[in-house]
Amino acid sequence: MSPMRILIIEDDVEAAQYLVKALRETGHVADHAADGLDGYDRACDPTYDVLVIDRMLPKLDGLSLIGGLRAQKIDTPVLILSALGQVDDRVKGLRAGGDDYLPKPYAFSELLARVEVLARRKQPGSGEETLYRVGPLELDRLSHKLTRNGKEISLQPREFRLLEYLMKHAGQVVTRTMLLENVWDYHFDPQTNVIDVHISRLRAKIDKGFEPPLLQTVRGAGYMIRDGAR
Amino acid sequence: MTALGKLFRTTVFKISLAYLVLFAIGAGLVLARVGWNVKDLIDEQIAQTVDADITGLAEQYAEGGIRQLVEVIDRRTRQPGAGLYLVTTHAGEPIAGNIIGLPPGVLDQTGLVETNYQLAGEPVAKHRALARIFALPGGFRLVVGHDTEEGERLRHILGGTLVTSLIWLTVIGTLGGLLVARRVLARVDAINANAQAIAAGDLTNRLPLAGTGDELDRLAQNLNAMLARMSELMIGVKEVSDNIAHDLKTPLTRLRNGAEQALNFAATPEDYRAALEKMIEESDNLIRLFNALLMIARAEAGSELDGISDFDAALVARDVGELYEPLAEQEGVGLSVTAEPGLYLRGSRELIGQALANLVDNALKHGRLESPVAGVAALSAQIVPAQNVPGEVALAVHRRGEMIEISVADHGPGIAAKDRARVLERFVRLEASRSRPGSGLGLSLAAAVAHLHHGTLRIEDNVPGLRVVLALPASAAQPLALPSAQAVIHAGEAA
Repeated sequence: MSPMRILIIEDDVEAAQYLVKALRETGHVADHAADGLDGYDRACDPTYDVLVIDRMLPKLDGLSLIGGLRAQKIDTPVLILSALGQVDDRVKGLRAGGDDYLPKPYAFSELLARVEVLARRKQPGSGEETLYRVGPLELDRLSHKLTRNGKEISLQPREFRLLEYLMKHAGQVVTRTMLLENVWDYHFDPQTNVIDVHISRLRAKIDKGFEPPLLQTVRGAGYMIRDGAR
Repeated sequence: MTALGKLFRTTVFKISLAYLVLFAIGAGLVLARVGWNVKDLIDEQIAQTVDADITGLAEQYAEGGIRQLVEVIDRRTRQPGAGLYLVTTHAGEPIAGNIIGLPPGVLDQTGLVETNYQLAGEPVAKHRALARIFALPGGFRLVVGHDTEEGERLRHILGGTLVTSLIWLTVIGTLGGLLVARRVLARVDAINANAQAIAAGDLTNRLPLAGTGDELDRLAQNLNAMLARMSELMIGVKEVSDNIAHDLKTPLTRLRNGAEQALNFAATPEDYRAALEKMIEESDNLIRLFNALLMIARAEAGSELDGISDFDAALVARDVGELYEPLAEQEGVGLSVTAEPGLYLRGSRELIGQALANLVDNALKHGRLESPVAGVAALSAQIVPAQNVPGEVALAVHRRGEMIEISVADHGPGIAAKDRARVLERFVRLEASRSRPGSGLGLSLAAAVAHLHHGTLRIEDNVPGLRVVLALPASAAQPLALPSAQAVIHAGEAA
């Protein structure tokens, strides 16, 4: 995907520099602000694709910062980082105007996947389409029909939602926790490989007997659906 | 502060003192009023007597002139206890009567006069009288009076009574106040002594009760209940921190060992990569553990939940069942969900879902019946993969009285009856589950969630196997019951 401009507002300099470095290595542009006020000033620049904001910041607390931005009609997608990680904390963060929430400590792959999904949301023309298409695979969200090469494939309702989410973010890495959050609406760590088993079941239905395989495992990160032929 | 000084400073003593002052003022007002009325009454009586006398004497004068008047007065003054009489000439020369002197000017006054007077044979005018001066035709003046000593004496008696009664009142009131204060102070001192001992760290100490059920007893009872809750929390915090120390040090040790090992023995970049990946995995486990422990600690502290809602327990059970169904199938374990619809819970759907997921996860992991073959294999000390007989894990939602029970049952080895009580006793875990990696907190977490929702977690025998029951209070605001057809999903079998 095209490079994103990301602003990281985080007071832990070491953690922030690690993030900046890692994001640059993945081909994105990343800036860093070390406190809430500086972060607020810079976040007013609407050309950022995503803001990554720590909840507890010196000078201006993360939630107030988001509230201030939203009041200024700056709707850059925000990913909240928090060391608290309680159920209530997530609710508070999203209510304050955040778009996604990631408890600390996090895996970089998780953060990257979420940031990319958020950045995509900002792009024009990413509205709610009724037909998702990945290569030969077509998912009609209105009639709940799935076809590959014109041949209908029947799915369980949950499998349909799983595929729908994957196809909505086609070409992007989607992590296991993102799937659990968006398909099952649970935010805990499933501990075991429950999601993997769901994926392999789905894969058996959409990829078995077809070439090329569309649903791919991204090692150490999650899954991605992509038209491999292109 | 001396003991007496302390007594004087007690609230009880101050209150009794205040009452004493109020009572004394009240008594003084009443007695003063009585004294006043008595004086008025006596004065009025004197005035009436004097007026009657004057009328009589004026008639005598009219009848027989000054001579008859003098005779009558002489006769009267000789009788004992007589009134006071004086007849003078126009110039004020006494002619008759038992008064020999009046202060100058008195004779010129009219009406009722209060004045000093001098009796015959006395050197000075030291008595007080109430008298009326009456001018007789012919220039003579008639003074008829009455001594006021009697009234004065009465007032003196009343005044004396007032003073003595006030003195007694003060003495008795003060003593009584001190006695009551001492009694209350003794009890408050006992409570204070115990409170100080508690503040010094002895949380097992309790405030003494007198057994009278009075307000001090009730206060002590409530404070004791508060202390009981506090020490319960303290014990909880201590146990949780002990558990945290144990649970976090184990994976930390593994993490450290892994790093050390890689530093010392890794030769190739692949070795390093493997070691680092292992370390990330270990730290993820550590984070998971830490989150679960935080949750448990929070539940133990009894803090209130945010973001609660009413939701159908069957829906959560089915969601979780459906989440684990492919995994169960892969493991060769049947997973069934039996849920009565329309049983509403109030609480955190997220946390209850997580607890249930943990229980199902445990059941899938541990809920297998080990075949006798596995036992033989273990005896022969060979590393043979244990051959497991597929078990059946059953998730069920039922209503039982005021509670909604969500149960997860398996046919695994279960938990021995002697350990069952212990496993629920404040997050104690059996050594076996403690040392098994990646799990062990599931039950504790479910118990914490139950606790947070004012419910309980029960462990029962599934004969054979284990049944864990999450009993949660039904939502008070129960939405209209849906048609109560039992919806049964048999997952795993269907596929």
